[in-house]
Amino acid sequence: MQVTMTVNGTEHTREIEGRMLLVHFLRDVLGLTGTHWGCDTSNCGVCVVWLDGEPVKSCTVLAAMAGGHEVRTVEGLAEGAELDPIQEGFRQCHGLQCGFCTPGMLMTCRALLDRNPDPTEGEIREAISGQICRCTGYSSIVRSVQWTAAHEAAAAATKEEAVAP
Amino acid sequence: MTQVFENNDLQPVGYGRMLRKEDARLLRGRGRFVDDVQLPGMLHLAILRSPFAHATIVSIDTSAAEASPGVRAVVTGETLKGLGLAWMPTLSNDVQAVLATDKVRFQGQEVAFVVAEDRYQARDALELIDVEYDVLEPVVDVRKALSPDAPVIRTDLEGKTDNHVFDWETGDEEETNRVFAAADVIVKEDIVYPRVHPAPMETCGSVADFDPVEGRLRLWSTTQAPHAHRTLYAIVAGIPEHKIQVIAPDIGGGFGNKVPIYPGYVHSIVGSIVTGRPVKWMEDRSENLISTGFARDYIMRAEIAATSEGKILAIRTNVLADHGAFNGTAAPVKYPAGFFGVFTGSYDLQAAHCKMTAVYTNKAPGGVAYACSFRITEAVYLVERIVDALAYELRMDPAELRLKNFIRPEQFPYTTKTGWVYDSGDYEPTMRLAMEMAGYDELRKEQAEKRARGELMGIGIAFFTEAVGAGPRKNMDILGLGMADGCELRVHPTGKAVVRLSVKTQGQGHETTFAQIVAEELGIPPADIDVLHGDTDNTPFGLGTYGSRSTPVSGAAAALVARKVRDKAKLIASAMLEVSVADLDWVKGSFQVKGDPGRSVTIQEIAFRAHGAGDLPDGVEGGLEAQICYNPSNLTYPHGAYICVVDIDPGTAEVKVRRFIAVDDCGTRINPMIIEGQVHGGLTDGVGMALMEMISFDEDGNCLGASLMDYLIPTALEVPDWETGFTVTPSPHHPIGAKGIGESATVGSPPAIVNAVVDALKPFGIRHADMPLTPSRVWDAMRGRATPPI
Repeated sequence: MQVTMTVNGTEHTREIEGRMLLVHFLRDVLGLTGTHWGCDTSNCGVCVVWLDGEPVKSCTVLAAMAGGHEVRTVEGLAEGAELDPIQEGFRQCHGLQCGFCTPGMLMTCRALLDRNPDPTEGEIREAISGQICRCTGYSSIVRSVQWTAAHEAAAAATKEEAVAP
Repeated sequence: MTQVFENNDLQPVGYGRMLRKEDARLLRGRGRFVDDVQLPGMLHLAILRSPFAHATIVSIDTSAAEASPGVRAVVTGETLKGLGLAWMPTLSNDVQAVLATDKVRFQGQEVAFVVAEDRYQARDALELIDVEYDVLEPVVDVRKALSPDAPVIRTDLEGKTDNHVFDWETGDEEETNRVFAAADVIVKEDIVYPRVHPAPMETCGSVADFDPVEGRLRLWSTTQAPHAHRTLYAIVAGIPEHKIQVIAPDIGGGFGNKVPIYPGYVHSIVGSIVTGRPVKWMEDRSENLISTGFARDYIMRAEIAATSEGKILAIRTNVLADHGAFNGTAAPVKYPAGFFGVFTGSYDLQAAHCKMTAVYTNKAPGGVAYACSFRITEAVYLVERIVDALAYELRMDPAELRLKNFIRPEQFPYTTKTGWVYDSGDYEPTMRLAMEMAGYDELRKEQAEKRARGELMGIGIAFFTEAVGAGPRKNMDILGLGMADGCELRVHPTGKAVVRLSVKTQGQGHETTFAQIVAEELGIPPADIDVLHGDTDNTPFGLGTYGSRSTPVSGAAAALVARKVRDKAKLIASAMLEVSVADLDWVKGSFQVKGDPGRSVTIQEIAFRAHGAGDLPDGVEGGLEAQICYNPSNLTYPHGAYICVVDIDPGTAEVKVRRFIAVDDCGTRINPMIIEGQVHGGLTDGVGMALMEMISFDEDGNCLGASLMDYLIPTALEVPDWETGFTVTPSPHHPIGAKGIGESATVGSPPAIVNAVVDALKPFGIRHADMPLTPSRVWDAMRGRATPPI
């Protein structure tokens, strides 16, 4: 079957088998290997991408179901050389070690901050509770999100000041 | 937390908090993991696994699979037998089936593999392979493995009539019994450390590319020990070692799971040889959990002898070890039980003795994994659990009991009753710092008040000493390969450098810390130092990263190779400054003339001169580089004090870890941010093992932990915000005084958590309960039914 979807702003049309998973479409067909695969059962979350702005586990979404929709992956976070603030937060606060769960974590945390720019520690933990990290013990991921929230708030305040009369 | 923000721009030329060099690619999704490798014409491999724990293979029919769309090869054990590849050596001098020929010995064992054009086609064809099995009675209960009527699993071993693997003993039995006989108090406890699994987020896999014209094999693989693997492939497959290139690219966590050679890696090599095309194998999560290296599985009887005043005199233990169907333990050859001999802990004893029996069962092979420091997890759990049981019997505070029995600082180097030479330690300050951070006395007050109200709160302590950095080649080797590590350092003409390591990061941050080690010695900024690792063609030989050995062994090599370069730089500097070598002072990054600091040359200027025009001093070759192979003189012995606070819901028996305080002493600290990260990760492992994780089997040998829905790993909701502290007791024999830290928290945290839960259950008269302390097991314990999990 033919599927057409927009990934990180670029439209792709491909001939695929109906059973192909979105994670394999992104990785094997489009060569976007930033999104990882880890468990088959929706437990680990290393495969999280956005489907029309909502984080989904791409190991349990058929590529065909993404037809006509917008997908955003970790490769679509940074703008050129400039990291998205959530990526910078993870860098500053040692929010990653082996980096395998990181793409999924970043997509979930970005979505959280877009929805709730000032989350509590509990809200951050709840948001990432569908994902597993074996390396960091999560405290540094929580700090990474808090760092990002603080810096985005400061940046927004500066911007407001600049446009104020 | 504010401190974290303030320190972010630190860029040390040497040790200190420094952001990681490897993050740039990993944050952008530009890491290169094994499954990211795409080669032209690459095929995909899938493995057919046994559904039975123990069965004779009657016949295998592959004809339908061979005719399936996209299939390029179907290989069975019979095919491999013809090539002499049906069996391969394990890391413990046993053998393991690459593909089963005679019978299958655990559920999930490899029976055949398919190579096809894509992953889906390979999986489709697996379903078309028809295997006829004659099911045999499995050996599942480890306690019955040596019964005379138990079926013999290893019929492949000539003359084998039972399921015995080895007996092992350490310490002095007679002396220990004598001390026990004279002791005021003896406490005995049966303690189980259940089978668990490291389950790194990236499963195991490989891409093999055999070039028949060159006779050359390139293998990308999820390996923690690329050089050791290369040597073993040369031995197993008969490909000359210089024609094999093993590449460990980015690795998505290892924790010991990626030390052994798994049949799947060999399958991909065979698949590439057979088809003449590159072949990729990536196992799925169930395959990872049911067939690759598990951890622990020790049944331990612990006994402790003490005076009625609480002076610990001796510890003895009897262990039954389940090694699964093949002895695939990855440990130094002379240490079949790993470093379990450090079960004497951090205490000054009069005697100690251990007797161990290891057996085969119809379960997956493994045993040494999951950040265990070669079985120190089991040893520390044993001693810290039994010391707490002693405190219970003596009605003493567990902190006080430990403080009373610590090896004193003036006793180092300290030889234990089982022969381990602890290099350095100063235990009391570490313990006191943890107690102060926890507010120990206030916590005990709070607990008393809560107990009076019927609430269940527990405070658990664990104090550990680890033995890491294997190891001295005089007594440590794996399959005859000495456990030394090479290191090469080149300084380019412009003063930038490249350091090549034999160890391999799986997330520990080697590209950052090793640049910092060289920076500290040479004064070249870490940003100007590239760290190469993981590719056997581009790095010196060495045994890889596991058992917290990278910093103790390879870190020493990196410091010493940099000093060699500095020594040569000094000769060149003396020529450049026209003074004798004796008149030069090293001030990090440059040599200065003594008494005339205005006259100096930087390491970068020296590097250019080393490669440039003009004569060099007599006997000095051009270039600025050095290499070394470091053989450690001893292990390093980090220690730590952990305090855990739990609350148990009396209505549901759910355990909540409220606080966890970890004070670690790993000697010299290279990058505190990375150290903290290592500790946090290990503490989370501890919560998993103590409260959630276990690989269990039903009576037919079916694995009941075969997915992440059944094998539960902590998420952000099960763990607290970690509180960490540190003390610094440098290693006296390590060139920079550093000790390993990668596994300390995995070793030290389970007993702290279990001790806290048992402490919370004190009102029920509980002295011991086994992991995993799930709500149902805690509920049973509260009702006096604290049965072992196996």
